[in-house]
Amino acid sequence: MNDSIPSAPPLAVSCTDLFIGFLKVGMSGFGGVMPFARRMLVEERRWLSEREFTEVLSLSQFLPGPNIINVSVIVGSRFAGPVGSLAASLGLMLMPFLIVLVLAALYARFDALAAVRGATASVSSAATGLIVAMGLRMAQPLMGTGWQVAIAALGFVALALLRLPLLWALLAIAPVSVACAWWTRK
Amino acid sequence: MRLVDAQMIPQVLLELAQQFGLLSFLAIGGVNALIPDIHRRVVDMEHWMTDAQFSQAFAISQASPGPNMLIVSVIGWNVYGFVGALVATLAICLPSSVLTYGVAHVWNRFRDAPLRSAIQRGLAPVTVGLILASGYVLVRATDSTWVAYALTGATTLLALTTRIQPLWFLLAAGALGALGVA
Repeated sequence: MNDSIPSAPPLAVSCTDLFIGFLKVGMSGFGGVMPFARRMLVEERRWLSEREFTEVLSLSQFLPGPNIINVSVIVGSRFAGPVGSLAASLGLMLMPFLIVLVLAALYARFDALAAVRGATASVSSAATGLIVAMGLRMAQPLMGTGWQVAIAALGFVALALLRLPLLWALLAIAPVSVACAWWTRK
Repeated sequence: MRLVDAQMIPQVLLELAQQFGLLSFLAIGGVNALIPDIHRRVVDMEHWMTDAQFSQAFAISQASPGPNMLIVSVIGWNVYGFVGALVATLAICLPSSVLTYGVAHVWNRFRDAPLRSAIQRGLAPVTVGLILASGYVLVRATDSTWVAYALTGATTLLALTTRIQPLWFLLAAGALGALGVA
């Protein structure tokens, strides 16, 4: 695995370490666990330097799929090959997966109670606000650049208002956007 | 009749696997950007859930610790119980993970390629449009009273202007909702 990114580490990290490390990450955050992954990888266990983490993160965001799962796959493969990837991603997903199903089962059991229905509806409203805020915050850095605003607006109209299938919308919009980025590169 | 049932069972699981397996490759900017298309497939096309159930699944997934892709697990659970949850979760994770595993090993060669940075810079505004569309679709599926709109609006505003941890918003909203205030 010497050509995996970042370059081969001197550390010996076993599959058990990977599993346990990511198990804790999986249980630590709400609505995204990336900050906790960074703390575990860089500060606590020092499996990655700050720069290496940034590199892994940018590759994870570049590739499709849940970003944090991609991080676990890359880090796992770096230390222990395919089995390491499996151990890390399993560790990450195991507890959240079980907890969310317990919550779903509890909800199904008690959804006749007005308090439970009310709480769930309000949590959904607030969580929706968090997503809107995330979108607005991510939109801020684009504001100075005309083509980026136009592309973001196109994506919004295609998915939210026209309800186009994501596949077709991406096939139409992404190449145009990448071409704009290419022409305006420094 | 039993024969028909036996053939129906894997069909739904197969569809779960197929729908979320494709979305795995389309998830640029994470699963939050997928919500409009997940909603379109699950509510509008397949009729696996109503708007209200979709909104509940979203709330349950956000109230759980862990990655924000858990809405997929809850949808799978709604469609076909534990096995459905397992199939949906594997389907959203596995294809992209295999791709990531493959690419991670050749990444060094492309790290500084101008096309790579153009792709990354080009996809960023697309992702922003998708996340904003997610917010819009969730508002439409979730909020029906003015109190609900106000709760979404207030959370948006506070999340943008303060550094309060997201969990506190969910706890406060849950408490207000349980008391019947919002």
